[in-house]
Amino acid sequence: MTVNASVYHYVKPEIVAALASDEPFANAKQQATRHAFAEAILEVGEANPNVVVLNADVSKSIGTNKFAEKFPEREFNFGIAEQNMMAAAAGMASTGLIPFACTYAVFASMRALDQVRNSIHYPRLNVKIAASHSGITPGPDGVTHQAQEDISIMRALANSCVIAPADSPTTKQAVWAAAEYNGPVYLSFTRDPVPILFDDDFPFELGKAVTVRDGSDVTIIAMRDLVAQALVAAERLAQDSGVSARVLYCHTIKPLDTEAVLQAAKETGAIVVAENNVTYGGLGSAVAELLVANNPIPMRQIGVKDTFAESGPYLEVIDKYGLTSPHIVRATHDVLDHKARFTRPVSLAAVA
Amino acid sequence: MDDTVAHLKLKSIRYRKSVLAMIKHGGAGHTGGSLSCVDILNVLYNHVLNVSPDNFSHPNRDRYVQSKGHSVEALYAVLAERGFFPAAHLETLNTFQSHFVGHPTRKVNGIEQNTGALGHGLSVAVGMALAAKLDSSPARVFALLGDGELAEGSSWEAAMTAAHYRLDNLTAIVDRNGLQITGPTEEVNALEPLPDKFRAFGFAVRQVDGNSVEQLLRVFLETPFETGKPSLILARTVKGCGISFMENNVKWHHKVPNDVEYASALDELDAAEAQLLEQLNPNAEVSSWN
Repeated sequence: MTVNASVYHYVKPEIVAALASDEPFANAKQQATRHAFAEAILEVGEANPNVVVLNADVSKSIGTNKFAEKFPEREFNFGIAEQNMMAAAAGMASTGLIPFACTYAVFASMRALDQVRNSIHYPRLNVKIAASHSGITPGPDGVTHQAQEDISIMRALANSCVIAPADSPTTKQAVWAAAEYNGPVYLSFTRDPVPILFDDDFPFELGKAVTVRDGSDVTIIAMRDLVAQALVAAERLAQDSGVSARVLYCHTIKPLDTEAVLQAAKETGAIVVAENNVTYGGLGSAVAELLVANNPIPMRQIGVKDTFAESGPYLEVIDKYGLTSPHIVRATHDVLDHKARFTRPVSLAAVA
Repeated sequence: MDDTVAHLKLKSIRYRKSVLAMIKHGGAGHTGGSLSCVDILNVLYNHVLNVSPDNFSHPNRDRYVQSKGHSVEALYAVLAERGFFPAAHLETLNTFQSHFVGHPTRKVNGIEQNTGALGHGLSVAVGMALAAKLDSSPARVFALLGDGELAEGSSWEAAMTAAHYRLDNLTAIVDRNGLQITGPTEEVNALEPLPDKFRAFGFAVRQVDGNSVEQLLRVFLETPFETGKPSLILARTVKGCGISFMENNVKWHHKVPNDVEYASALDELDAAEAQLLEQLNPNAEVSSWN
């Protein structure tokens, strides 16, 4: 069946055209968002001489060695010492520099959390934390490098801003937005390549979720690498079941775009949140907290349950933990069943 | 005794009175550690740091980071006397909605960084010193570390980086009073040989009596001790310094004096002040400041 391209917004036409195929991203251009960050920080650094890059021996992995070659005096390798790097970034920011502190998400959000909380977020210093290997995107590296909790942890900090872009173009826009924002920002990137989904004219605005597929029956809210899975799931639902699923790309987990989420809740009456992160405290929790206080409609969460993950190729690993499009399709059917029960008028006569 | 030293000694006595008054009034505070480091702060703010309420937003000001944030009462006493805020504000210490809380925050004028989580301050200072080098700024950075705090491994990460980047615009001062909350540092988790450790980490090290304003004046004038190396002043201090019954007594780490103890402490400080004034050149400028 052909895809109705008119319901998609800012999604590359070739991506849209392939969404209903058996292997939707087989021919898609792919790039790890850590590498998109490395490209963007070169441009940001060129435009703003106050931008400095700090890294904890990951410049080759993330790709900021290019920044180091271009601006050697503005790149600082701290060695494998994330705690020191984070507090030093705070000291630099206090002088007016804009440090981007680069490491892996497990170390940024856990090893150095005390420094990140007390030396960066408490005084609300202008430090950007560039965290690669977020979620269980480092499939083959095993649990020590799979940051399935980073979004939840960072979201829990006061003064935090948490961004998890889905692909390269929106990653680059996120890096520019983070540099322009005055305050701490946590940027979450993938280790593994993910499809380039969006056009360069994507209207990226910090804190603003974007409807990338229209739909009226249900809304799938997704972040980072699961936006691609959400798009495939939505098209599959349309093709196989005639379900009209909206896809809301929520790149900024905090501050949450409450207006967009509540509008989706009101207009579609059911929500599925898809995140490559534990189901506690992340995007799903943020949405649930908002809905329960304002419009408690049926909702389902796609995310890592209470377990550490196995090691293996990225797509196989995330499939095992229920994060791929077939799982999103199942959760959507489930939430639609719930919605049907939830909205069925109660007959007093039947009760009597 | 020259006028500068006399002047500073008098200030130290008055800072100690202020520390005790603050803690007595606020009902909590780190008495012993504030009294051990107050002479260091005195010399820094009155004779070393190029920082004042007038230049506090200037990028080239010297920076002071108090990594041992719990000894904040000493810092408050000195900043108030230096005019960063009215001394009357100190009466709000520990009260609801006051910015004068038990660890330093940037909400108080004159304070560069929120501290209190130990093992952060030297890293923050490293960041400031790197920034000063990058900006070709003459700003110097000073960080006061507790000795018990040095068990935090991040302090040594920071020490490595300070030496690696040849940060001779950075001076770390260790308030080596030898005691931490559960006992002597050498019994809790031994630090010695501490000078050798810092030398091995790439610092140029000097040791002084950290409660002697004469020795502190001299040693700060000599920083940086070596071009291309961060400086470390191992300041041998007495916890509770200046109050006989508090000195070297670990129970005063976080103890508030009762009325009798407070009166007795003030008597000792009054006597020391009277004795100092007697020795002074009657023409010396030692105008009161509070």
